[in-house]
Amino acid sequence: MSGSTGLLTEGQDLRIVGFLCNWCSYGGADTAGVARFEQPTDLRVIRVPCSGRIDPLFIARALLSGADGVLVSGCHPRDCHYAEGNFYARRRFEMLKQFLSVTGIDPERFHYTWVSASEGQRWQDVVTSFTERIRKLGPATKMAGGTGYDEECLKEIAAAVSLGDQCPCHKEKA
Amino acid sequence: MRIGVFICHCGSNIAATVDCPAVAEQAKGLQDVVFTTDTMYTCSEPGQNEIIEAIKEHKLDGVVVASCSPRMHEATFRRALERAGLNRYMLEMANIREHVSWIGKNKERNTVKAFELVSIAVAKLRNNNPLYANKFDVTKRVLVIGGGVAGIQAALDCADAGYQVVMVEREQSIGGKMAKIDKTFPTVDCSSCILGPKMVDVSQHENITLYALSEVEKIEGYVGNFDVQVRKKATYVNWDECTGCGACMEKCPSKKNIDKFNEGISKCTSINIPFPQAIPKKAAINPEGCLMLQKGKCGVCAKVCPTKCIDFEQKDEIITEKVGAVIAATGYDMFDHSVYKQYGAGQYPDVITSLQYERLMNASGPTGGHIIRPSDGKEPKKVVFVQCVGSRDPSVGRPYCSGFCCMYTAKQAILTKDHIPDSDSYVFYMDIRSPGKGYDEFTRRAQEQYGVQYLRGRVSMIYPKGDRYVVRGSDTLAGTQVEVEADLVVLAVGAESAKNAPALAEKMRISYDNYGFFMEAHPKLKPVETNTAGVYLAGSCVGPRDIPTSVGQGSAAAAKVMTLFSKDKLESDPQVSSVNTSRCIGCMKCATTCPFGAIKEVTDRAGNVKAEVIETVCQGCGICTVTCPQGAIQLQHFTDNQILAEVNALCQAQLDF
Repeated sequence: MSGSTGLLTEGQDLRIVGFLCNWCSYGGADTAGVARFEQPTDLRVIRVPCSGRIDPLFIARALLSGADGVLVSGCHPRDCHYAEGNFYARRRFEMLKQFLSVTGIDPERFHYTWVSASEGQRWQDVVTSFTERIRKLGPATKMAGGTGYDEECLKEIAAAVSLGDQCPCHKEKA
Repeated sequence: MRIGVFICHCGSNIAATVDCPAVAEQAKGLQDVVFTTDTMYTCSEPGQNEIIEAIKEHKLDGVVVASCSPRMHEATFRRALERAGLNRYMLEMANIREHVSWIGKNKERNTVKAFELVSIAVAKLRNNNPLYANKFDVTKRVLVIGGGVAGIQAALDCADAGYQVVMVEREQSIGGKMAKIDKTFPTVDCSSCILGPKMVDVSQHENITLYALSEVEKIEGYVGNFDVQVRKKATYVNWDECTGCGACMEKCPSKKNIDKFNEGISKCTSINIPFPQAIPKKAAINPEGCLMLQKGKCGVCAKVCPTKCIDFEQKDEIITEKVGAVIAATGYDMFDHSVYKQYGAGQYPDVITSLQYERLMNASGPTGGHIIRPSDGKEPKKVVFVQCVGSRDPSVGRPYCSGFCCMYTAKQAILTKDHIPDSDSYVFYMDIRSPGKGYDEFTRRAQEQYGVQYLRGRVSMIYPKGDRYVVRGSDTLAGTQVEVEADLVVLAVGAESAKNAPALAEKMRISYDNYGFFMEAHPKLKPVETNTAGVYLAGSCVGPRDIPTSVGQGSAAAAKVMTLFSKDKLESDPQVSSVNTSRCIGCMKCATTCPFGAIKEVTDRAGNVKAEVIETVCQGCGICTVTCPQGAIQLQHFTDNQILAEVNALCQAQLDF
């Protein structure tokens, strides 16, 4: 990853994408910064107005594009700047968790939580523990190129087709 | 597009742990970037001028500033862009201070991170469009929640400026904590003598509508146009008719109610006016103690009332008010010392709180201003004050300093000597915190002139011995254990957030901290503003404040409201949703999810149903954008394309295929 920047030589960071709502969690991250609460450097934050603005697609896209982890944080339930955005967010994230494993992504690589603008300490804890979790999981497996089909399976099918009438499934059908 | 990138050193705040020139150099390779530089202080006048000159010289049409949090200086740099003739929304910021330089010490990693944050800012900026604000009307009325000294000051200032004020007070009378206090420090002024006239002004001001014994039920809308629902609780007395004569109080047979105004040290009747200077001076029935309301038998008050204003059928009433701004001045509550088992957990009658002691000293209090022991009514000769009860004590979840206890304890010790000249006072303290005009002199006066014994150390235990109490603590200056026998012990209980403060914060859509105190927009530079436009704060709802600070904040919040009301039209934020009608299929899912009712259904010329955003109502949360199955409704400045561009900039760098 650092190959593209050329600035870093060893001890590479993992690629963790953060989506933070502007009013609570982005402020919480600022509070942590102002208080100089040291955190791992792997996280890159994308600011959105509300956790309700975070399309699960963004998270899927990040993970499919090679992010090692995605961390999402919004206002605590009932304390949303837009009254109910985080309730929508919570439903969407729970749905996404169910789907991630289907797409071949470890759901552990995605985490969502709530951090208020005053909770600098909590933000430090969240970032540290999530980074540790992702470090344990290691870098995400690179999505391979190619057709997207299982090569072995394709070979089996080809072999079966070449048998023509002799193919066991052909017989069953007859 | 022609983008300029400015990397701020912020003195050494960023430059100490980020290689700013390297980031600027590296950013030259980003797509569409034609100019990069690193500057010492980008927000300073020369720094801003550098941006303006670069825009002109290099014909830039977009700017990325990598510096502090956009929550800090986005507005500053937007104005700089406007001065250079660019649209303010052609700015993106990379937060390389709070999110990079201040949280990590590894310069190499920080530099990489800073560069990547710059690259996602550039990626987003490439998808930005100029946006233009709309104008909308302001309702020039203000809601003040809380009738303590801060709320009173805010209300009077706004009302004097000619604006209509709606004041909502939870208790039966305005005045707050200050109305309960006997004297103020360090001038030893009579508290009710200086507050009383202000309270009267509130009741008589033609621009102020006062709802006492009422609570805010619901706040909807947005800056300039809030719809507020106020629950006016049933008082069972028609206040339009009540003259406050007090005849009902004299005859009421139910006299065993806990007197909340006197902090529970006395009893009161079920129909009651809390204190002689109460505003509004109207009686109200406590339904829990009233024989008529509980058992259906009595009605003595109704018989003796000369204006026949008792109404046992009265119900809570919901009142709707339209306002343009809200000032929250909900104050604080006293810490409940019953968690301190070692101090008797509130079971010893002569171990009382500082506010109860104020009521004992107050001439309008239950003892007429005579200090007596609640247990036997005798005059105490030895009074021990224990400071920091529920302050600076992480073991009870109150690690903060309540700020004013040192001062009121000194005042109470002085007044004790005034009331009972042959008494001795002892103060157990941790540190004396007396920053303020004349404050330290005052605590010294208590010690030197009034002979109050100050003992530096915490109290470990209070236990009864005969009819007295033994206060055991340490004297850390002498390095010994001390035991003081006391007739009366006064606990200087700390301040905590008002009950239900978090629930109210949620109604106003503002943030609160771990203790329930409201969060200001910036702790240093925006002390009375919140992150919700049109909602302001004053007094102890933000944290413990003494009277002069509360009054100052009341005026400050009022000034903010007046600034808001000085314009006839407000500019709406153009970061709102917008519908691409050619993609909209009229399913109206967006309208059902919108928390503000900002989306309406329209029919186009061909008769197809389409969604349309009411721009002044839209608050820009973007819930609709995620809901839309067609991607037809997009939150401007945070469109799918813009956010995906950021994701791509961050993730695709490492993809090989």
